Amino acid sequence: MLGYIIQRLIQSAFVMLAMSALVFLGVYAIGNPIDVLISPDATQDIREATIRHYGLDQPLWRQYLAFLGRLLQGDLGRSFVLNIPVLHLVLSRLPATLELALTSVLIGAFIGIPLGIYAGYRPESPVSKAIMAASVLGFSVPTFWVGLILILTFAVNLDWLPAGDRGPTVEVFGVGWSFLTWEGLRFMALPALNLSLFKLAMLIRLSRAGTREIMLSDTVKFARAAGLTDFTILRRHVLRLISIPLVTVFGLEFGSTLAFAVVTETIFSWPGVGKLIIDSITSLDRPVMVGYLILVAFLFVTINLVVDLTYAVLDPRLRRGRRV
Amino acid sequence: MTAALLQVRDLRTHFETRAGTIKAVDGISFTLERGEILGLVGESGSGKSVTGFSLIGLLDAPGRIAGGSVMFRGQELVGLRQAEMRKLRGKRIAMIFQDPAATLNPVLTIGQQMAMAVQAHGGGGEGAALALAARSLVRVGIPDAAARLNAYPHEFSGGMRQRVAIAIALLHEPELIIADEPTTALDVSIQAQILAEMKTLAQESGTALIWISHDLAIVSSLADRVIVLYLGRIVEYGSVSDVLRAPLHPYTRGLLDSLPALAAPGQKLTQIPGSTPSPLNVPPGCPFAPRCSHATDLCRSEPPRVGDQRHGAFCHHPLSVAP
Repeated sequence: MLGYIIQRLIQSAFVMLAMSALVFLGVYAIGNPIDVLISPDATQDIREATIRHYGLDQPLWRQYLAFLGRLLQGDLGRSFVLNIPVLHLVLSRLPATLELALTSVLIGAFIGIPLGIYAGYRPESPVSKAIMAASVLGFSVPTFWVGLILILTFAVNLDWLPAGDRGPTVEVFGVGWSFLTWEGLRFMALPALNLSLFKLAMLIRLSRAGTREIMLSDTVKFARAAGLTDFTILRRHVLRLISIPLVTVFGLEFGSTLAFAVVTETIFSWPGVGKLIIDSITSLDRPVMVGYLILVAFLFVTINLVVDLTYAVLDPRLRRGRRV
Repeated sequence: MTAALLQVRDLRTHFETRAGTIKAVDGISFTLERGEILGLVGESGSGKSVTGFSLIGLLDAPGRIAGGSVMFRGQELVGLRQAEMRKLRGKRIAMIFQDPAATLNPVLTIGQQMAMAVQAHGGGGEGAALALAARSLVRVGIPDAAARLNAYPHEFSGGMRQRVAIAIALLHEPELIIADEPTTALDVSIQAQILAEMKTLAQESGTALIWISHDLAIVSSLADRVIVLYLGRIVEYGSVSDVLRAPLHPYTRGLLDSLPALAAPGQKLTQIPGSTPSPLNVPPGCPFAPRCSHATDLCRSEPPRVGDQRHGAFCHHPLSVAP
């Protein structure tokens, strides 16, 4: 097991290295940052001084190594626009997105998986058919439209929940969190619901497909022959057997929600990283874009690592070699 | 006279499909005494497995019991509520399947799976359940049983896995075990071991066995009586020695002739001509008539009947006279 973890960590390091090269090439080497940094009518001296200052007179590989060196020290550069360290900036916004993304995937999992298992267990029942029809809506209706409808319904017409903003937060470890107070949860409810709809639909369909397949397997037949109740079979056999694909999707969805909750965050003015990246793109704030992309890559690699380790927990066949 | 353990009368199991009704089991009757071993023999599609699943109430949709009666310990099982049927399953009627690699859950330990099977019928706490599980593993000859409870199915060999499945079936000392080709997926040497052990276990605990197999040779080494099925109907029944020594039905004869073990060395194996007709289109009269060399017009129009003999065949022209 330890060997497996070490092997995975080394793999992750290589992925990060490749990612840093891609991001560097994509953002630093294409186009000239100097055009953004200084006004076109600056003197040649100022131009050259600035180029030297940012190391842009160096060959590409030296620039990359310098970038990598700073990266390893945790230095992602300073924002051109706000002139504060990028790491600082992203980390100050990340908790808001983190709790929003986590809440939405958890809503998706805790509601979607039971509904999907039921729909797979009783595929012919009207309730199951209603669940499946609703899941098609969850897939096909665009997020921004659902967000607007949610605001219109619950904030404007019914006036039950706030329409946007983060609301009050509670400081824990020097970071503000919304989920610890009722008022904070009220502010989080609509954006989290909006983000969760797609995941809900996806997890419903995945759990249903898995359940249907496993309900016909000999494992379930044998469990039934032993006199187990259907509830026990679903809870102990089926849930465990379908959990591996579910964990994969859960991890991927969590990662992509963290990185790309842009639309929802914009609609609900949620001060997360999604809004940050949109703002930095509009103002051509390159260090923020690079730092953000590096952090997103890091989050994805970490989540995938956790997912792979979860596989080993869930499936004993991955833990030890076959012993005959 | 005490009632038989199991009394099946005119059991009919149908599958409604778009193409029509498949009569997978079409009027099967037999009785089974306590501790008796009955072999159900037939080719694929003969309805032998469906018969087993009908008895234990585990038919997959769209299969359903369309008629007949299954009396088990004086209780009618046909039409019994699912909740009542569940209480019998595992407790009084157990079932073993063909492929132990598919029946055991790969992500749960043997102990977890056995404890669930114990607790499905009361069985008290986890500790008591595991102790019972370990005793059952010892009975089926698994060494170091208590430690093996923490192992996963993939850590066992095929034969050992099937022993675990048998141990699960034996947990509650059921009166009847339905075994659906449980040795087909195993090596021949392991087959022989499992067969011998099953026979001993059944004798020790007085458990009756219904052994479903396509292999007459296996059944002959194990069973007391045998029923030969063809297209959902019984074609011949009787004690193993009677049926094997003096088969009455041309189909049974054909099955015996196609057994490699019984053929003379160097001789070509005999095949039954033709193939099993579609279950959607069962011939009128004797279902075997289109493939039978002895068939007459009577066979093609009139379903054969049988009297009340101990060894009988549903055949208008039996190969020898029944005793």
